[in-house]
Amino acid sequence: MGAGTLASYVLTLITFIPLLGMAIILCLPKTSHQAIRGIAVISTGIVLALCIWLWRDFAFNQHYLIEATQAVSAATPTIQPANFCCYVSKPWIPSFHIYYKVGADGLSISLIFLTGLLSFLAAFSAFHIEKGVKGFYALYLLLVTGMMGVFVSLDFFLFYVFWELMLLPMYFLIGLWGGPRREYAAIKFFLYTLVGSVLILLAMLAFYFKAADKDLAFDIPYLISSQVFGPNSDWHWLEKWLFLALFIGFAIKVPVFPFHTWLPDAHVEAPTAISVILAGVLLKMGGYGILRLNYPLLVSTATSEFVIMALASLGFVSIVYGALCAMAQTDFKKLVAYSSVSHMGYVLLGIASLRPGAINGAIFQMFNHGLSSAMMFLLVGVLYDRAHHRDLNRFGGIGLHMPKYFALAIVGFFAALGLPGLNGFISEAMVFLGSFQNAMIRPLVVASTLGIVLGAGYILWAVQRVYLGPLKEEYKGFPDVSWVEAFTLVPLAVGCIVFGVYPKLMLDVFAPTTDLFLKVLHVSANAAATVAQAGF
Amino acid sequence: MLPYAHIAILIWLIPVCLFAFLAVFHKQAFLPRVRDWLATGAMGVCLGLSLYMFYHAWGGSALPKTGVSWQLEWFRMAPAEPVRMGVLVDNLTVIMLVVVTLVSFLVYLFSIGYMHGDPKYGRYFCGLLLFSASMVGLVLADNLFMLYIFWELVGLSSYVLIGHWFEKPSACQASMKAFITTRIGDVGMFIGIMIIYWQIGSFSYSDVFAAVGRGSLAGTWRTWAGIGLFLGAVGKSAQFPLHVWLPDAMEGPTPVSALIHAATMVAAGVYMVGRLFLLFDAPTFLVIAYTGAITAFVAATIALVQDDIKKVLAYSTVSQLGYMMLALGVGSYAAGLFHLTTHAFFKACLFLGSGSVIYAMHHEQRMSQYGGLYRKMKITALTFLFSCLSISGFPFITAGFYSKDLILGDTLAFFLRPGHSAHFLLPLFGFGTAFMTAFYMFRQYYLTFTGEPRNPERFHHAHESPWVMTLPLVILGALAIVGGGFKFGPINAEWFESMGRPPSLSWYSGEQITEGGTLQAAGEGEDGAAAEAAGEGRGDPLVHEAHQMAMYLSIVLALSGILVATLFYWRGFTQAPAAIAGAVKPLYTFLWNKWYFDELYWATVIAGTVAAFRISRWFDIYIIDFLVNLAGQLGKAAAWLIGLFDNRAIDGAVNGAGWLCSSTGGALGRLQTGRVRTYLLTLVVGVLLIAAICLAAF
Repeated sequence: MGAGTLASYVLTLITFIPLLGMAIILCLPKTSHQAIRGIAVISTGIVLALCIWLWRDFAFNQHYLIEATQAVSAATPTIQPANFCCYVSKPWIPSFHIYYKVGADGLSISLIFLTGLLSFLAAFSAFHIEKGVKGFYALYLLLVTGMMGVFVSLDFFLFYVFWELMLLPMYFLIGLWGGPRREYAAIKFFLYTLVGSVLILLAMLAFYFKAADKDLAFDIPYLISSQVFGPNSDWHWLEKWLFLALFIGFAIKVPVFPFHTWLPDAHVEAPTAISVILAGVLLKMGGYGILRLNYPLLVSTATSEFVIMALASLGFVSIVYGALCAMAQTDFKKLVAYSSVSHMGYVLLGIASLRPGAINGAIFQMFNHGLSSAMMFLLVGVLYDRAHHRDLNRFGGIGLHMPKYFALAIVGFFAALGLPGLNGFISEAMVFLGSFQNAMIRPLVVASTLGIVLGAGYILWAVQRVYLGPLKEEYKGFPDVSWVEAFTLVPLAVGCIVFGVYPKLMLDVFAPTTDLFLKVLHVSANAAATVAQAGF
Repeated sequence: MLPYAHIAILIWLIPVCLFAFLAVFHKQAFLPRVRDWLATGAMGVCLGLSLYMFYHAWGGSALPKTGVSWQLEWFRMAPAEPVRMGVLVDNLTVIMLVVVTLVSFLVYLFSIGYMHGDPKYGRYFCGLLLFSASMVGLVLADNLFMLYIFWELVGLSSYVLIGHWFEKPSACQASMKAFITTRIGDVGMFIGIMIIYWQIGSFSYSDVFAAVGRGSLAGTWRTWAGIGLFLGAVGKSAQFPLHVWLPDAMEGPTPVSALIHAATMVAAGVYMVGRLFLLFDAPTFLVIAYTGAITAFVAATIALVQDDIKKVLAYSTVSQLGYMMLALGVGSYAAGLFHLTTHAFFKACLFLGSGSVIYAMHHEQRMSQYGGLYRKMKITALTFLFSCLSISGFPFITAGFYSKDLILGDTLAFFLRPGHSAHFLLPLFGFGTAFMTAFYMFRQYYLTFTGEPRNPERFHHAHESPWVMTLPLVILGALAIVGGGFKFGPINAEWFESMGRPPSLSWYSGEQITEGGTLQAAGEGEDGAAAEAAGEGRGDPLVHEAHQMAMYLSIVLALSGILVATLFYWRGFTQAPAAIAGAVKPLYTFLWNKWYFDELYWATVIAGTVAAFRISRWFDIYIIDFLVNLAGQLGKAAAWLIGLFDNRAIDGAVNGAGWLCSSTGGALGRLQTGRVRTYLLTLVVGVLLIAAICLAAF
């Protein structure tokens, strides 16, 4: 017993334990704050433990990798359920061919681990919330279920349900526990993502109605292998529009310029814990969706020159524009928010290039950005709890006064800056080195290196304004980081260092998945090469 | 043979481990003097190991030409794209290790005195250890990826140490300026690495050289890769036009300036150009030579008029680094790296000497407040004098004379070669700088140590520094003289050439390529122009003549520079320099303001960036968000209109609506199979049906 049995349940457990925690919290009286927090921490803690087990099991048990490789060596490489570990398939709504299908591959495992870690740590960072604790943690756990569900679903419908499930608690968490402009921010977030959801829904329906095998019409591996809108299909004209719909749907989440303006508002208004989840996990769903659905489902469009150029351009603009906007901010949290736009631009650039090193780099960048941006939001939160403002120009000299906090801040901010030895550097370097090999986007890659300088610019400038310089009188009374704060920050700092020094830990998990992903794209692309490619 | 690679790794591991330890425990004093003596002792061990390797490489077990390497797979970017970490030890590495650990050790020792009582004493030694570890790593790296990593990490430690007193706004400004300016160069370096990796699929130096030898890395891409990598050196070694950060970096503690901003880190660019000597082709070498010559000249002119003792030394460093680049650019491998070594000794001595003076004068840095300090601090003054002689190239008895002479000789030979007459600026700047160097160094010496004290109050309190500070001065001062000066000393030009001779592409080519002849000729031919002048071409009568001429000329220039400085300044300020400054007022102001580089960059680069981010913010708020809000408002308006329609038309349509509701309800009721359904699911099923109808209509 043990591992084998656990493997068939682990994804379900990871997804629904938070929901169970939510149910328990709903039964508890409103005033028992400690019990509510305890339940939240315990349930996310169990989830984290399972995530670590899953990650290590996947990394150590090479049979998943071998299966993936076998599938690749077949005549027409495609993604099959066998490429996913812990695969479970149960009918859910048979009359509409909707199944409960979950499974994980390298891509999802890295993000599941990230989600588990961040949801556990963020649960701690919300301990100081005193208003509506019960509602907060109930919604928070529902959010965790939604996020996990997105990463494990292999049924398009199920994916969509979880995708939507996540939206609602997020809306309320920002709208009820947020800052002064929370309602505007929440509505903006809701509308933006709703537009994205509608587009994804339309695309999903198109697949449902055109799938040859109706029983597998929501089955993601089947949809990938059948390529219903491929060049041989009568409906090929629709493919590019479906690509556009899915891409905008996911790009809003990433967020890609020009769909990014919900992000700074949502971040600034959201409480720290929610900012951590937003930046750490929610943004990754966009990248995940692009890699899981957008590209493999619509191969011939995804590999067309136009899409490569367009996406790489958007990546470039996001990198530079995000960095410039970050530099212009005076609100510390907004600066961090815009830095996410810039950092996620690397993800898009890497994906667009369709080179193995760059795509691995893009996935790793998502993971690393999860760690470093979560850390930065926690760091801003620590300061905000003491100073009750986030105006960069009013700070100064904090580093002298709070040395432990300063040390942690240096790790977090320099990880975001892409300093070698910390995790962000490896992934950014991989994106650059990989995508430079694609001749078509090479000028864009060279132009994107501007982001390296601008990144150093806005981060060092912020560090200087907040932590360096003479200590201002008004900040003299601030205590250094508390135990709870240290408990949330130290694991992330350690993660930034460990994954920077020994990136193999994570890279080996998703490298075979990327390999398969590219082979799937490539073969179909070859088949498509005979058909003339029309741009948009 | 000695296990060179393993000893080298040990030299790297000692500071790394100690850094990790002190980074966590630097506050706790559970060991006596855990922070300084432990660090200094560890660096002493590293120095011992380096000297041991040096002794063996020099004597008994010579290193193979291509060095000894040791590799380990680090991670894979993709299944077929491994990234390795590795160590490469050859003669150049061994010499660099000795320089780095020696100067590190002496600076640590000096810091014990200089930084005594500093509130961030522990943090300071952490920073020093981080720097030493990174610098050793940079020297040991056997591939471009590791080189870049340690390249950035020395930048980080420089940032941390320049900003050691970060409560001073000027210190944090300077640290940020240093990091960002060098990062601009680093981007170029990274682009160079990208080009090389794309072309040959590997980062390793030996693969790069083999590819150059095979001709698979050639033409325009080779030039661009070379220029890109050189840009990194321009940033790190403070070459024109990215030199502006180094003078500001003097905000850091003076021992840090000695270690990082004079002897080792800023020489990393020179080391890198030497290390990748075979990668560069003729156009790149020209770029390197001109950059070096311009830098040497510009910085020397600025140093002529500065008042701050450390600023003079900073510009002098920039100028000397320009010399090294000039040497490498004209193909003189040995001269460039020889000057790197001797410069490390005398410039570290000068900086530590200035530190000793600043310490004695209670952190007064203006030379106009000094004078007569020889009477108070004889050891500092004498070692300073020796180093001044060395950097000025005082003939025959100083180390600096030999290395500088080699550079000037090779530059002249380069100019005299047929077809190179257009490059007259290179020797002109080289010799001009030699004169200016002698002048401004002795100006500095006289203003500081001779004449009458100009600030009697501070002078009264001045005293010689404790032994931890004077001992490093004595050692470095001695090395400034003997380190290359004595014909039979441990390091002189001949030795350097025979041990650290310019690398050759043929070392990295396989047998068949060497036999093929044509390929080799093609590979060598391109670099031949450069390598010829230095190594193989030394027997050439033209080169011999050039060296003779250069030697006489440089002796004359050095002595006249010293003479003029003596006449002007040996009893403090005199009328003559003031009169000259008055006569050429605009020029003097121009030099005093450092050629207005900072102002230029403020007006262009920084103002441009500020404009760009202001425009971005404006665009974000007034265009994108405006459109988003507009869409929201339109949606609201539409909803209001529909609501209006609903309210007004509801009466007329009530019957129809009732019928619609009942029939739809009935239809949906038949769909209900009794299972539990969520609200959401019902919604989605509804949309499914609608969409089905829409799609079927196509």
